[in-house]
Amino acid sequence: MSEPTHHEKSHGSQHIVPLKVYFAVFAALMVLTATTVCVAYVNLDWLNLPVALAIAITKATLVILFFMHVKYSGHMVKVYVVAGVLFLIIMIGITLSDYMTRGWISVPRGWQ
Amino acid sequence: MSTSNPSPNDRRQHYLNAAYGLRSWLLTVDHKRIALLYLGSITFFFFIGGSFAVMIRMNLLTPDGSFLQAETYNKFFTMHGLVMIFFFLIPSIPAVLGNFLIPMMVGAKDLAFPRLNLLSWYLYIIGGVMALSAAALGGVDTGWTFYTPYSSTYSNGNVVIMGVGAFVAGFSSILTGLNFIVTIHKMRCPGLTWFRLPLFVWAMYATSVIQILGTPVIAITLLLLAAERIFHVGIFDPRIGGDPVLFQHFFWFYSHPAVYIMILPAMGVISELVATFSRKRIFGYNLVAFSSVAIAMLSFLVWGHHLFVSGQSIYAGLVFSVLSFMVAIPSAIKVFNWTATFYRGSISYDTPMMYCFGFIGLFTMGGVTGLLLASLAVDVHLHDTYFVIAHFHYIMVGGAVMGYLGGMHFWWPKITGRMYPEIWARFAAVIIFVGFNLTFFPQFMLGYLGMPRRYHAYPAEFQVLNVMSTAGASILGLGYLIPMIYFIWSMRYGKPAPPNPWGATGLEWRTPSPPPTENFEEIPVVTEEAYDFEALARRDAAALRNEGELQNG
Amino acid sequence: MADHAAAAHAHTPGLRHHFVDMDQQRESARLGMWLFLLTEIMFFGGLFTGYAIYRFSYPEAWRLASHHLDVALGAINTGVLILSSLTMALAVRSAATGKKQLLILFLIATLVFGLVFLGIKAKEYHDKFEHHLIPGTTFEAEGPWAHQEMLFYCFYFAMTGMHALHMIIGMVGLLILIRMSMNNKFSPEYHPHIELFGLYWHFVDIVWIFLFPLLYLIGRHAA
Repeated sequence: MSEPTHHEKSHGSQHIVPLKVYFAVFAALMVLTATTVCVAYVNLDWLNLPVALAIAITKATLVILFFMHVKYSGHMVKVYVVAGVLFLIIMIGITLSDYMTRGWISVPRGWQ
Repeated sequence: MSTSNPSPNDRRQHYLNAAYGLRSWLLTVDHKRIALLYLGSITFFFFIGGSFAVMIRMNLLTPDGSFLQAETYNKFFTMHGLVMIFFFLIPSIPAVLGNFLIPMMVGAKDLAFPRLNLLSWYLYIIGGVMALSAAALGGVDTGWTFYTPYSSTYSNGNVVIMGVGAFVAGFSSILTGLNFIVTIHKMRCPGLTWFRLPLFVWAMYATSVIQILGTPVIAITLLLLAAERIFHVGIFDPRIGGDPVLFQHFFWFYSHPAVYIMILPAMGVISELVATFSRKRIFGYNLVAFSSVAIAMLSFLVWGHHLFVSGQSIYAGLVFSVLSFMVAIPSAIKVFNWTATFYRGSISYDTPMMYCFGFIGLFTMGGVTGLLLASLAVDVHLHDTYFVIAHFHYIMVGGAVMGYLGGMHFWWPKITGRMYPEIWARFAAVIIFVGFNLTFFPQFMLGYLGMPRRYHAYPAEFQVLNVMSTAGASILGLGYLIPMIYFIWSMRYGKPAPPNPWGATGLEWRTPSPPPTENFEEIPVVTEEAYDFEALARRDAAALRNEGELQNG
Repeated sequence: MADHAAAAHAHTPGLRHHFVDMDQQRESARLGMWLFLLTEIMFFGGLFTGYAIYRFSYPEAWRLASHHLDVALGAINTGVLILSSLTMALAVRSAATGKKQLLILFLIATLVFGLVFLGIKAKEYHDKFEHHLIPGTTFEAEGPWAHQEMLFYCFYFAMTGMHALHMIIGMVGLLILIRMSMNNKFSPEYHPHIELFGLYWHFVDIVWIFLFPLLYLIGRHAA
């Protein structure tokens, strides 16, 4: 939290990423897209959704790290990216926890 | 520099006389001028929202509620809530005082994105015009909460206009928060580290985080609501398996943190006032700073306490109840640290300090009654009664508005370069405090006795307390008119203000009142901690010596 | 300090008056864009939350409704969008290395891929219309989950519609950038518009990366 004020030269100018990194990321994204489609047709029981999400998260991470240069960005950007994801998880997670537990404790009979 | 006294007929250039004419205001990108644009517009909305409150209180004078029809009454309390929350409280301290002060407090020439700042004001105005046209076209009667399915299926079509108005105003709030965060991160002057920042800046930072993370959720929710209203089908529609309680989840995911958008900036103002008028560094600076951030984070984990009786699962109710209690910890840290600062401070009772005392007392009342409401079992009894109304008015009016008025009095000399009449100001502060308590304390009792909110009529045995409340409201209304009048009066006739009338620390007091267009004659360099009154005294003494030497030599 | 700043201002095109130097301005713009994307995450997050709630509540309806979507078109569109992300990343790189012709070329390529995506999306919307899968009175579905399938399509149109809206805004942005590039507005030192727009474009891509499996690939093995 105590970054120097005003003069933050370290991340000032744009980082030039080698071309082959971009092409490698692109290839990985394409392969992962193909994989997610193929896996969807395999019966993994309850695992289908987690696998699909894991692939999507991997793809998103690749885009964020390389295409969006977060790997080469200052720590504030990293903190905010993580914060965004964290609050999204909080919103989905806590709301979902209500719906998942609606049947856990039944309402007393007299109230129904 | 802080002691140089400008003579009244000083023709110095400052932000107010830098340019004249309507254009110079409507197209300005100066954060100080934009703050004044906001000041004018939120004052307008405050009195609009206030006039709705007058109608509500008039109607509740008699048990049969004969002053207004039930439908009209519903519209008035809805519009009161919407206008006050979206168009007064949320922009109040951030958009007026925050806009004016943050660049100066961090030693910058302007906010990071001045044109975006102007855009925010225009968005706010567009949202406000939509809200007023919804009112003019017949009003909205859903309550400010827009609960489905009533809002999406049965109520009138003005819900769409009002919802989109709040949506647009929400973007104004988002962009303001974004601007503040970037400014605080990137525009601090040399030497101004995070732990040398005034606590107001910390509070505004925490507020901005909430604005950034929470407001988009209400935006998409209102959009979905408007779509459901227009297309007669949507995701909250029970006929196709939609769950209206989901709307409540979405709504409160924003609207509970929104309460902290209103109160956190006020807490920031109070921290400044406590330090300045006790002439002491805030006790436990780091804890007060971090408690702002903690409140911002916790605010996102407690929204379900609005859904205790809405059909949410009992497990979720328990979790939300426990989490809600936890917000009391950082809030209490602040209150205890403020009071600890008073201890052995040299306290002066200028008007801002009177509002500050009012805030601490009323906020504590509001906070403690909040704990009652956070208790799952107690809330089943108190939910949707006047107890809730009284509770959140103690926080929002007793807390946020007191903080806002305290801040306005504190920084008024800096904003206008003029002092307000101190006697009148103290008188008004007392009137407001008395009027406020007379208005809202009886409502705690009414709620405890079981009077539900949002009804235009009530059983006759509640009349005495309701008459007290209405009487208090008229005193409160008068109390708000007095500052309005003497502030306007002081702009022309007030005593010229020196750069630092209160002997306060902080960079904004090191520049003349009113400040020049780019805030500082040269970018300041900070070498001391926040609220270092000894360093201030040393600097003043040195400046005096210099002046003396210049005159003698 | 003041002299230094004044000198810097005089010699640096594009430096706005209230910043000390170019680094500060660039870093501010970058952080600002990221904060804006944060609000976008939460904006789409509302839709994703609703989606999660109802998918949990009506898994069978979600599976049945999803089977009316065309996986091939969805997969092709995913590829097209990833391709446009690549060209956008290359456009940013060309701007940073000062290759003006390449910059314009890659921006146009991004625009073209974006148009292809929207074209395929329009074809899909048209098919849904033909098959009476637009939520409302004309919606046709059978079986015990007919109503909840309509709910799925509410999400389908809300989510892809909001995504398409972001794409359209992106198209307009691209047109402006192409024009600015042709007018030599950018240099290797000064091209914040390109860089920040790139972030936006990649974000829109990421949203689709999640939408594709969540909408198109539900329970396909059981078809």
